[in-house]
Amino acid sequence: MEFIYEPWPWYVAGPLIALIMLSLLLSGKRFGLSSNLRSMCAVMGAGKHCDFFDFNWRAQSWNLVFVIGLIIGGFIANNFMGADHVSISQNTIDELKEMGFENPGNNLVPEELFTWDNLLTAKGLIAVILGGFLVGFGARYAGGCTSGHAISGLSDLQKPSLIAVVGFFIGGLLVTYLITPYLLAL
Amino acid sequence: MKFLKFIFFGIIFGITLSKAEVISWYRIYEMFRFQSFHMYGVIGSSVILGIIIIQIIKRKQIKSIDGRPIEIEPKARGIKRYLYGGIIFGIGWALTGACPGPLFILVGNGLGVFLVAIASAMLGTYVYGRIKHKLPHY
Repeated sequence: MEFIYEPWPWYVAGPLIALIMLSLLLSGKRFGLSSNLRSMCAVMGAGKHCDFFDFNWRAQSWNLVFVIGLIIGGFIANNFMGADHVSISQNTIDELKEMGFENPGNNLVPEELFTWDNLLTAKGLIAVILGGFLVGFGARYAGGCTSGHAISGLSDLQKPSLIAVVGFFIGGLLVTYLITPYLLAL
Repeated sequence: MKFLKFIFFGIIFGITLSKAEVISWYRIYEMFRFQSFHMYGVIGSSVILGIIIIQIIKRKQIKSIDGRPIEIEPKARGIKRYLYGGIIFGIGWALTGACPGPLFILVGNGLGVFLVAIASAMLGTYVYGRIKHKLPHY
């Protein structure tokens, strides 16, 4: 039982993710989280003035139900399974401290960026609002996110997904090398 | 209730990504700095198992529970949309430290400020829908 409360290693999490993908395939569905953002736009009526959102989102409602499960799962992990400390490498901790982050890894996410109090600061706007916007825009432009491309697409050996994942890394490296080091100074 | 199993799958996925710290901004930063094997292990092992699963499904022509063949539609052709879209997504991923699944799982972990990130991601999706025809896709 002790295992439940410790952070789960990669060789437990990776196979579980593959099993979720398998469960969805066996249910006649496809594993992909970002399409929910499109459905949510459609639910709110975006289809009335934009064709891209004029589709039968009800056929995707199983995926919105999956999202409700995600929120419940996060709640359970946080409240009953002790998931709040993050065991990042000492290298990462030292590097982030040098950039001005206090106690890297003591919380799930850095308080400097992800609290209501910091939301309307330059760094909060960049991390939460700009970051969120680009996640939504980029995922739809690329036709999928981590679940659709990096997991499902690569599992199906699809070349477009490989290109997308290379893109994910180009973007991610640009940020961690050129933006994150200066983020807290803003 | 036909939706019950999808709530269940979502709960397992949400717990897994929380417990393996995949939803943490710190883990995403660490991954993009190549300072730990953890995230590569998570994604790599799920892809390797996924390749095996999909090969078995294809070769044995396994059907879904509703009796229909499991067909995985190939992604549309093209390079630009995947490369440019991927880069934009990667920038967002490294800034928020969360891709679409984790955005919701973080809310469940009590981090309400990610509701703002979700609203922003919806806006990003909406803007893409509006300017789609002006963007290079192939």
